[in-house]
Amino acid sequence: MKQLMLGNQAFARGLYEAGCCVVSSYPGTPSTEVTEEAAKFDDIYCEWAPNEKVAMEVAFGACLAGKRSFCGMKHVGLNVAADPLYTCSYTGVNAGMVICVADDAGMHSSQNEQDSRHHAIASKVPMLEPSDSQEAYAFAKLAYEISETFDTPVIIKMCTRVAHSQSIVDTAERVVPPVKAYEKNIAKYVMMPGNAIRRHPFVEERTRKLIAYAENCELNRVEMGDTRLGIITSSTSYQYVKEVFGDTACILKLGMINPLPEKLILDFASKVEKVAIVEELDPIIENHCKALGLEVTGKDVFPMEGEYSQNMIAEKLEGKAAAYCKLDETLPVRPPVMCSGCPHRGLFYTLKQNKVTVLGDIGCYTLGAVAPLSAMDVTLCMGASISSIHGFNKALGEESQGKTVAVIGDSTFMHSGMTGLANIAYNQSNSTVIILDNSITGMTGHQQNPTTGYNIKGDPAGKINLEELCHALGFNRVTVVDPYDLAECDRVLKEELAADEPSVIISRRPCVLLKYVKPKKPLKVLCDKCVGCKSCMRLGCPAISMKNGKAAIDTTLCVGCGVCKQLCRLGALESQE
Amino acid sequence: MNTKNIMIVGVGGQGSLLASKLLGYLLLQEGYDVKVSEVHGMSQRGGSVVTYVRFGEKVYSPIIDKGEADFIVSFEELEAARYVEYLKKDGRIVTNTQQIDPMPVITGAAEYPTDLISKIEKLGIAVDAMDCLSLAEEAGSAKAVNIVLMGRLSKYFDIAPEKWDQALEACVPAKFLELNRKAFALGREA
Repeated sequence: MKQLMLGNQAFARGLYEAGCCVVSSYPGTPSTEVTEEAAKFDDIYCEWAPNEKVAMEVAFGACLAGKRSFCGMKHVGLNVAADPLYTCSYTGVNAGMVICVADDAGMHSSQNEQDSRHHAIASKVPMLEPSDSQEAYAFAKLAYEISETFDTPVIIKMCTRVAHSQSIVDTAERVVPPVKAYEKNIAKYVMMPGNAIRRHPFVEERTRKLIAYAENCELNRVEMGDTRLGIITSSTSYQYVKEVFGDTACILKLGMINPLPEKLILDFASKVEKVAIVEELDPIIENHCKALGLEVTGKDVFPMEGEYSQNMIAEKLEGKAAAYCKLDETLPVRPPVMCSGCPHRGLFYTLKQNKVTVLGDIGCYTLGAVAPLSAMDVTLCMGASISSIHGFNKALGEESQGKTVAVIGDSTFMHSGMTGLANIAYNQSNSTVIILDNSITGMTGHQQNPTTGYNIKGDPAGKINLEELCHALGFNRVTVVDPYDLAECDRVLKEELAADEPSVIISRRPCVLLKYVKPKKPLKVLCDKCVGCKSCMRLGCPAISMKNGKAAIDTTLCVGCGVCKQLCRLGALESQE
Repeated sequence: MNTKNIMIVGVGGQGSLLASKLLGYLLLQEGYDVKVSEVHGMSQRGGSVVTYVRFGEKVYSPIIDKGEADFIVSFEELEAARYVEYLKKDGRIVTNTQQIDPMPVITGAAEYPTDLISKIEKLGIAVDAMDCLSLAEEAGSAKAVNIVLMGRLSKYFDIAPEKWDQALEACVPAKFLELNRKAFALGREA
């Protein structure tokens, strides 16, 4: 049946039809929907793991047990899961194991723009790269065949434009292969030096076999046209190339990006006058071609940064500039902001007022760094807030005493904050850690996590109690505050900063976008009392603006949280019952 | 037929995903090849958001580039102006006249530009501007701005209203169907 599907949804359909039985992932834009869509099939066991390393190890265990498995993550998630990846390349699999990694060229929702293909090359694991939804679907199915034939996990690399674009997919039925009974095999699966030494030659031999496969498999195809230009490309870049050249240029479309073929490329190059490589981010195909002795155009004209597009390709390869109208006006930018009623806002306002150095983390609350709050000093990677505040305070000692906090969300804390917290408790820095517990994984679109008490299907599940966990790690001082209560936030923050031992503050209130959180009526501005002092606007709430010298509330946005009311000394903001 | 391009632009949270879902469903039923490209994640949090809808005999690129859009459907005035460069020479803008202050305007670092629609029209661009928020409220919910705009857009397509209605039925939850039908009709007739 033909239907319009998001790339990630098509990927999940491919997993389903291939008979995948176990899915474990950690959410991360743009990979999240693969797992969310897989969870809609009752025949697949699906879960959110606390982090990507756990997810990959769960998938490994499941394939070892003899059933096809999957784990999904974003590009930076693969760094977290790199440890199991590099060694399960050695052990290989029993039943097939497929990994999705979704890159984010253009950084729509990421902290860096790394190219995941490096991980495939370094771990010596095959990587496929679909260019639309139909391919995401078909490659997911084919990946299991490759995994089982070559005894290896297989990575499928998505990118934002493939993951989050809908295109037409022709689907089929689910076929579950027989379970491959687990057999004890210490030499294959116990990676201690004596065994790993014997597995490494297997990995090298496997790569040679995969190169031979890449030379004439259906994943890599040649489309012949005018031989004056030959373009080697993959992923969404292929679609941009087709948009510009249609059937006029020669194209070598690579669906398997690691390992890369050799004869196929040399043969293609020999048939065209000039070779151009079109690939986003790093010059991986290009360097491979150069190593084969070919002279090619690539990063000499194309950028290493950001996304490509049809106009860019027309300009760089054909010298054609796009024509369009321009408005002669400087328009104010519209950056993302914390939602109106976001529970994080009150806490960040308190941090700003107390002029502390804030070591931040990854999530919606990274928006605490945006003006006018500007209450975040550092954001590095998942969990880094807690580990780096310890280093910061150890380095400065007395000097930073009572002047720093770490802020981390509930999901990020479960992902990789706990180990940092253990380090603070163990090596004793006088650090204050704030867990922003909004009872959900927010930025990626509301996924459950170990602290919420629900699983991926929304059914009741195990629930980790943050207070007890912090106590168990050795923290005596653990306080819960409501971030809507500014006076209480301020009192608790001052108290914990002054304490002479490490402490945890849990700022707890569910995300305002959760369905069970019922908005209150919007606040009302009493115009006779408002003097236009703009005190309320220091919160940076998108529902408040100034109209004719007075505060104005956008009633379509305001959820009646009442935080702004606490900043108005004239009582000009009124809650409505 | 050459590929046609519709850009849907607005502020994160305004409901552009439903609009693109509706268009995708409709155009697929009409027998076209269709690609719809969305933005998820951080940009959705009140930022400027763009969705691309492309249809024709065979669609390759999932995105619309500068100078390519046949239509820009905008949920907000400033956002209509922001993407003018993406419009084709003879393209058309269908926009809501609602103004939502971005953060730099809220903090006083910038001002909301004035007379944007007439400035766009001075470039020779056809602009169909209307107060979709009032019409959505008239239909029963401020959230129906997206469907009011779809109703308006439908005027420029040679697709029977029944087909649009079938798409609405397929894409909107049953309990909101009547409200959205009303919003669609108000947009189309306004």
